[in-house]
Formats: sequence, structure tokens, C-alpha cells
Amino acid sequence: MALLSNTAVLLGKELRTEFRSRELLTTTTIFVLIVIVLFSFSFDPTSEESRRFGAGLLWLAFLFAASLMLQPCFLREQSNDTLSALRLSVSDPFAIFLAKLVANTLFLLLTELLLLPVFAVMYNVSVLPMLHWLVLVFFLGSLGVSITGTALSAISAQARMRELLLPLLLLPLLTPILVASTEVTTALFDRSPYVQWKGVGFLAVFDLAFLTILWLLGEYLLEE
Amino acid sequence: MKKSVLSAMVVLLLLGAAAYAAFFVAPTDAKQGVIYRILFLHVASAWTGLTSFFICFIANLLYVLRRQPRWDWLGVSAGETGLVFTTVVLLTGPIWAHPVWGIWWTWDARLTSTFVLWLLYVSYLLLRTLVEEPERRALLSALFGIFAFIDVPLVFGSIRWWRTQHPQPIIMGAPGSGLDPTMYKVLFFTWFAMLGLMTLLLRQRYRLEAMRGDLEIIQRESEAA
Repeated sequence: MALLSNTAVLLGKELRTEFRSRELLTTTTIFVLIVIVLFSFSFDPTSEESRRFGAGLLWLAFLFAASLMLQPCFLREQSNDTLSALRLSVSDPFAIFLAKLVANTLFLLLTELLLLPVFAVMYNVSVLPMLHWLVLVFFLGSLGVSITGTALSAISAQARMRELLLPLLLLPLLTPILVASTEVTTALFDRSPYVQWKGVGFLAVFDLAFLTILWLLGEYLLEE
Repeated sequence: MKKSVLSAMVVLLLLGAAAYAAFFVAPTDAKQGVIYRILFLHVASAWTGLTSFFICFIANLLYVLRRQPRWDWLGVSAGETGLVFTTVVLLTGPIWAHPVWGIWWTWDARLTSTFVLWLLYVSYLLLRTLVEEPERRALLSALFGIFAFIDVPLVFGSIRWWRTQHPQPIIMGAPGSGLDPTMYKVLFFTWFAMLGLMTLLLRQRYRLEAMRGDLEIIQRESEAA
């Protein structure tokens, strides 16, 4: 139970830090918006075409945005010299990861839900009938991105050229998330939408697998 | 004679014998003709590359648990060796695909996941060049190596289920598929020879890395003095 109460306190800290400045949310939202506009030049975004390509480019935009958004996650602690204090304050270092990854999932999910209506309008895709399923896929996908991204940002924060390194480490690792989320989202954007349970299950397995590894290896990632 | 020279000669002989078997012992394929013989290089390299990555994964795990530099040395050696064999796979693949399928590349499960695997281990080696302190470099790269290796089956699964044009696997595939028994024997022999080559490369690379590690310690001590 100490883990949960520690996580709750740290999560409060993460959320407070972000909502004081709103830096991450603003930059990520604008970044995804730019990508959505720029992608529209690469093909003709009529309704039919959007149904085929829309989900893929939406997820690609989210992944790129996440690889930017996850940068400061541990970098901030390092530049403010707060990592040691953070480690001393909790008995299980997994709480630090848990708090950070829950916060990152929330930020990503918020960005995605803000941009979904914009995307739906600009690309002529109706999202309302399947909204609750879309939220589920966005949640599972963002959770997977946040779990791996939080772990890898702890690695990249300790290296040189860290800003460039994180996307290089993270994006190939996220291939399964991109493939499965795109498939499920495409099925939901379909003219006769349906839920692809295999994809949903796959995302859940991915999340669970990496959460377990993070739980096992988390303490080594934060070693000084 | 030195042991390393002797083992190199043995491996060279094995590779020569494997090449001979691939060209003259294995029967010509009924449909593909002579071009299929690249299979022995292509598939054997793929298996050897995966073996090497598996060794890398075990070494990474052992480093995280035991913290002995030798596991780090083995990890980087196996990662590099695996990358070399996977590069051979990615180069021989299109050479084979072009005459048989009529295209150089297709985004099929095996090709794509091999490519992603290759990218993951390039990132692994890249990460190593960007961390100065030896112990930190060893630990961080070992942790990333573990993440990368566990990602591989997920990459393969996702691409196989959703992104492939379903060319059935020939080896260990559906009933009715499979190779001629002689071809199997030659393939396993080629793999054996390749494993010999892998061991040789691994050994040399390991010794180089061990020397580098010693050198780094001496340099740091002389700087401190």
C-alpha cells in the first residue's frame, strides 16, 4: 500500500508541475496540430481516403509528439538535481516510474482528446458513434507509449545528445503499438465501424509486458 | 600454432565445406532453379544473427544482476556480431526476392520485423557511444538491450497478424510445406559453419573489448595520479 500512497503523492507533484506552466500540453498539442495539417498535403484528404490513412497518420503524429513530450520527464529532475531527493523520498523506486507514467498517460490522453474533434472535422471522419471505443484504444495505446517512454527517458537523460537519442531508442520499440492501434482505429473509422478485439487484447498484452519489466528493472534505471 | 589461427582455419574449412554443399550437394529447386541456393546463406545468417542477439540478451541480464565487466564485453560483442549477420540477411533477402517475387522488398512480417530488429540493435550500439562513464554505459545499454529483445516477439506478432501479405513460412510452417531432406541437412550444416564463424568473431571482439576496458582503467588511473 506504501507504493500506492507514494505514487499518489508523486503523481500530485507531476500534475502540479505541469498545470502550473502547461508547457508540455501546449507544445504537444500545437505539434500534433502542425503534423495533422502537414500530413494533409501528402494525400487528398477526402472522406474515403481519410478512412484508409487517417488512423495511421493520427497515431504517427501521437508517437512523434510523445517522443518530444517524454523528453523532460527525467531531464527536468536531473537539471534541477531533484532525482536523488526523489529517490530518497520513496521506499520503492517503482513509485517514481508509476507516478510519471500515469502523468504522461494523462497528458497524452488529454492531447489526443483535444485533437480528435479537430481531426474529425478536418479529415471528414465521424468519430461520435464509436467515441467510447476510441477512448479505450487511445488509453491502451498511450499507456504503452508512456510505459516504454518513461523507462527510456530515464536512460536517455543520462547520455549525451539526449534530445536526439530518445526518439531513436523509443520509436522502433513502439512499432507494435503503432501497428495494433492503427489497425483498431482504422476499424473504428470504418463506414460500418467495429471493434477489433484482437488488437485491443494485443495492446493490453504489450502494456502488461512492459509494465512488468519496468517493475522488475526500474530500480536499476535510477541507479546513481 | 596459435589457438586463434588454428580455430580460424577450422572455421574457414567449415565455411568452404558449407559453400560446397550449398552449391553441389543440395538438389536444385524445381520451381526456383539455382537462385534458391542463396537460402543457405540467407537463412543460416538469420538463425546465427538471432542466436547472437540471444547471447547479447543473456549477457545483458547477467550484467544487470552481477555487474561484472565481462558480461558487458560479451553483450556488446554479441550485439555487434548479431548486427553483422542480420545485415547479411537484409542484403541477401532482396537479392533473392527480386528474381523470385519480382520485387526487391515487400513489407512482409519477416522482412519488416528483421528490419526493426536491426534498427533496435543499431540504437543499442548508438546508445553505447553516447555514454562516457564505462559502468553507466554498461548498465544503461544492458537495460535497453533487455527492452529491445523483449520487444522483438511483439514486433513480429503485430506485423504478422496485421501487416503481412501472408507468404506461408516454409520451414516450420503449415503441413505440406517444407524442404527436401538433403536441403535440410545442408541448411543445418551451413548454420553450424556460421555458428563457428560467429564464435570466432565473438571471441575476437570480446578480447578487443576487454583490452579497451583495461586501457580505460589505466587511462583513468594515470589521469588521477
